[in-house]
Amino acid sequence: MNKCSTLAIIARIDRIDTQYAKGPSSTCEGGIVKRMGKNVIEGLPIYDSGIQRSKAIEEVVEAYRYRHLIFQLVRRDVLTRYKRSILGVAWTMLNPLGMMLVLTIAFSQLFGGTRAYPAYVLTGLVAWNFFSQTTTASMNQMVWGGGLLGKIYIPRTVFVLSSIGTGLVNLTLSILPLIVVLLITGTPIRFSILFLPIPILSLVAFSLGVGLLLSTWAIYFYDVTEMYQIALMAWMYLTPIIYPEEIVPEAVRIWLFTLNPMYHLVSIFRAPLYNGALPEIHQLVGALGLSILVLAVGWILFARKSDEFAYRV
Amino acid sequence: MSLPIVFKEPQEKTTNMNNAVIELESVSVRYRVPEERIGTFKEYMIRRIQGKVKDRDFWALHDVDLKVHKGEVFGVIGRNGAGKSTMLKIVSRVLRPTKGRVRVMGCVAPLLELGAAFHHELTGRENIFLNAALLGHTQKQVEERFQKIVDFADISGFIDAPMRTYSTGMVARLGFSVATAWEPDILVLDEVLAVGDEAFQAKCHDRINNFRKNGATVLLVSHNTQVVKNICQRVAWIDQGVIQAVGVPEEIVQLYRGV
Repeated sequence: MNKCSTLAIIARIDRIDTQYAKGPSSTCEGGIVKRMGKNVIEGLPIYDSGIQRSKAIEEVVEAYRYRHLIFQLVRRDVLTRYKRSILGVAWTMLNPLGMMLVLTIAFSQLFGGTRAYPAYVLTGLVAWNFFSQTTTASMNQMVWGGGLLGKIYIPRTVFVLSSIGTGLVNLTLSILPLIVVLLITGTPIRFSILFLPIPILSLVAFSLGVGLLLSTWAIYFYDVTEMYQIALMAWMYLTPIIYPEEIVPEAVRIWLFTLNPMYHLVSIFRAPLYNGALPEIHQLVGALGLSILVLAVGWILFARKSDEFAYRV
Repeated sequence: MSLPIVFKEPQEKTTNMNNAVIELESVSVRYRVPEERIGTFKEYMIRRIQGKVKDRDFWALHDVDLKVHKGEVFGVIGRNGAGKSTMLKIVSRVLRPTKGRVRVMGCVAPLLELGAAFHHELTGRENIFLNAALLGHTQKQVEERFQKIVDFADISGFIDAPMRTYSTGMVARLGFSVATAWEPDILVLDEVLAVGDEAFQAKCHDRINNFRKNGATVLLVSHNTQVVKNICQRVAWIDQGVIQAVGVPEEIVQLYRGV
């Protein structure tokens, strides 16, 4: 009975004909019949549009059920990106390195006071690139996947989730050259590096939330992607990535940085690598809290709108 | 709209009222069609300020009640734009009905636009895994059937070549092979299969017939009334989003043609 499990079911007992509710594979949990991928007549799953759980929760369940698809999409993105290039995956590592090199040549005189400037720039760039790439990819994937959404059922969040997955692969690959640069510039690698997964988690949550919000919007208007590129550029220069935060006047700093989520996310990512220390606790809590909030808002809004996507695209 | 509703049970055994696997209860589907096509956000904001954003409602399906029984080959006929494809989308969960309720007992294999999700830069092998994942199958499930999928599509020599080197026929064959590698409870077919050459079409029909023998239900949409007459047990005629008649193929086709 390893038939396809195209449709999930968690059905309320009172809404299923009694004939089906008596199936041998059903288990009752507080009035809820759960028959994941099991038979109704003799093992069939059931789809009932009349049963509407919270759309946000349903989307979580469905995305988990389609986790293999998310894996395949990530695999496809990683493979196709480098398939027809000589250097292959090495591009992922060389890209931020090249950027770092250019920025160092251009700005190291100007920001001469910054210790180990290449390491400073690169730590900021890696965090920023993750955010900008995943959010942009979310929209593009959603527009690409939109065509499929009109043909077969797939949980709508998979395209955004897979963009995040691809971003994580790239981020992991760029950490290796990052460590090399840290060592070359004389920045000691401390145990604080083991703390890195927490800032990355925060970046993931924030990027996922923003990606979901943007792709909800991009489905309706194709110029959103272009407008976002302009916004991203401005946002990057308002975040201390290529310049040290000290060069911004104290009075402006409060407004410019405190209200900028990416400032905090870049800071907590930079701390364990460049400073060799744990991030400040209030900044960490603030960044994590905000990321989770953005993720929750993005997920709920996306899930609410998602039934309309197939009508639009 | 006062046409007679004909209903006759062609096979008493396989179709009794209690084993409906697809059930539509007063299903209505509304599309919001903008009076002017607005593609960009900038344009949208300008129109909004001018107060010119207007949507027209278009009901693709109106109050549709339908039951398809287990093991049945059920056909849907109607003119272009009558709501046939919308009905398939409702059943395969692509669209959620605006009103009413759909219940589907069993897993659905949608055979609509085969191979739409193939990536031409990936190899056939990689595409099989990707496409099967889109249909909800796990890596392990694909590994088990992998050889069968390749054999059925008859592309074994090209399996590790990029998809862009495939001929149209090969792409379609692989698409069909992946989509039907797992026996579905309900098979949804949009238009009659026209995949590959005659020999392959015969293979396709064999496979679908096998599903039928094992108790699968087939929901088929077609313009071709002859095909519908030949293979369907019951037929629904749909026009302007409303079911005009349901019943035995010959009678329904006659009614449909009489218009």
